[in-house]
Amino acid sequence: MTIYNQIAGNRFRSVLIMVVFVFLLTGFFFLIGKFFDGQGYFIIGLIVSFLSVIGSYFYSDKIVLWMNRAKLADKRTYFDFYTVTENLAIADGVPMPKIYVIEDNAPNAFATGRDPKHAVICATTGLLNKLDRSELEGVISHELSHIKNYDILLSSLVAVLVGTVAYTSDWIMRSLWWGGIGGNDNDRDRRNPLMLIGMILVLILIPIAATLIQLAVSRQREFLADASGALLTRNPEGLASALEKISADPTRFAAANNATAHLFISNPLKNIKRGSWIAGLFSTHPPIEERVRLLRSM
Amino acid sequence: MSPLIIGGGLIGVVVLFLVGTYNSLIMLKTRIQEALSGIDVQLKRRADLIPNLVETVKGYAKHEKEVFENVTKARSAMMGAGSMKEKVEADNVLSGALKSLFAVAEAYPQLQANTTFQDLQRQLEDTEDKVAYSRQFYNSNVLDFNTKIQMFPTNLLAGMFNFKVFEFFQATEEEKKKIDVKF
Repeated sequence: MTIYNQIAGNRFRSVLIMVVFVFLLTGFFFLIGKFFDGQGYFIIGLIVSFLSVIGSYFYSDKIVLWMNRAKLADKRTYFDFYTVTENLAIADGVPMPKIYVIEDNAPNAFATGRDPKHAVICATTGLLNKLDRSELEGVISHELSHIKNYDILLSSLVAVLVGTVAYTSDWIMRSLWWGGIGGNDNDRDRRNPLMLIGMILVLILIPIAATLIQLAVSRQREFLADASGALLTRNPEGLASALEKISADPTRFAAANNATAHLFISNPLKNIKRGSWIAGLFSTHPPIEERVRLLRSM
Repeated sequence: MSPLIIGGGLIGVVVLFLVGTYNSLIMLKTRIQEALSGIDVQLKRRADLIPNLVETVKGYAKHEKEVFENVTKARSAMMGAGSMKEKVEADNVLSGALKSLFAVAEAYPQLQANTTFQDLQRQLEDTEDKVAYSRQFYNSNVLDFNTKIQMFPTNLLAGMFNFKVFEFFQATEEEKKKIDVKF
C-alpha cells in the first residue's frame, strides 16, 4: 500500500516540479523582457522552459551520468557489481538496470532514470572496492527500491532542473566572494550594480533550488528504500554495515555537487567543509546512525 | 420496472466482479509459472558450467575420480529430474558434490592459481545465488496468489474453478545456517 502511495506521490510531484519550473523560467524571461523592453521574451521563455522540461524527462539519466562522469560497467571487470544487480533484479522480477561506474575512491552510489524499464544504477569504484558482496547487495537493493518507487524519476528531474540553477548560483556566489574581497575602490564602484543584481539572483534562486530538492527528497523515502531493500535481500545487516562503512570513510568525493547530491545513498558533500548556510540548506539525508539503528532493529 | 433495473444492475455488478477476479487469478497463476521457469533457467545455467569445471579440475587432480563421478552423477540426475521439486532436490545433492570438489581442489595450489578455475568458481557461486533469488521471486508470487485465493470472497470463486494453493520452496538446511541476522 505504502509503495503504491509512494509511486503516485512521486508522479504527482514530478509533474508539479515540471509545471513550477516552466512558470519560473517563463516568468524570469518575462521580467528580462520588461527590463529591456523587448518583445517576444515571453515566448522564448516558454519555448526554452518547455524544451528543458521535456529534455530532462527523457534524458535526465544521461545528463546525470554525464554530470558525474560515469561510464558503462562491463561484466568482466565489475563481476560482483554486475551479478549482484542481475540477481536482485531476478529476485524482484524487474528488468535489470544498466550499470555505470564513477572512478572515485569515495564510496557512494545512486540510481537514476525515469521508470523501471529505463533505469540506471551507478556506483563509485571506491564502493565496489571497499564493500564485500553482501554489503554490495544491501546497497544495490536500496537503489533498486528507489527505482521501483519511481523515486528516480522525481530526483533525476530535480537534479537536472535544479542543476542549472545550482550551477549558476554556485558560480555567482564564487565570483561575488572573490570580487568582494579583491580590487580597489574604483573597481568596486564599477561592479556595484552588477553585484547587486547577482546578489538578488542568488538570494532568490538558492532557496528555490533548495526547496525543490527538499520537495523531492524526504527522510521517509530513504527509510522506505532501506526497508524494502532489506526485504529483498532478507539481510538487513548487509545494508547496515555498508552504510557504516560508507559514512566512516574519510575520502572526499571529487565530483560532488549540490545538484546531484540528493541522488546518492549517502551525502557526497559530507566531507566538504563549506562553513556556509548553503550547505545546511542543501542537506538532504537523514542521519546514517538512525538508518543503521532501524535496519538493525528489523 | 425499477426493481427490474436494480436486479439487472446487481447481476451486472456480480458478473463484472467474477470476471475481474477470475482474470486476476489467471494472471497471478501465469506469473507463478513464469517464475518457475525462471528457476529452471538458472538451474540449467548451473548445469552447463559443470562439465567445464570438471575438465579444468581433472587437468590438475586426475586421480580424484570419485569426486568427479559424484558431481557428474548429480548433474545428470538434475538434468533428468521431472518435476521442479525433484530438480531442486537434485540440485541440493549437486551442491554437496560440488562442495567436496572444491574441498579437494584446495589441496592443489596450481589449480587455485588457474584463472579459468577461479572464474568458474566465481560463476558457480553466482549461479547458486541466482537459483536462490529466483526461488525467492517464485515464493513471493506464490504468497500473493495463496493469500488471494484464501481470502473472502475470492475463496468462493477459487473453489468453483478449483484454484489450489501452490507450495513454497523451503530453504535448505544449508541456506538456513548461512543467515546470521540479529533480530
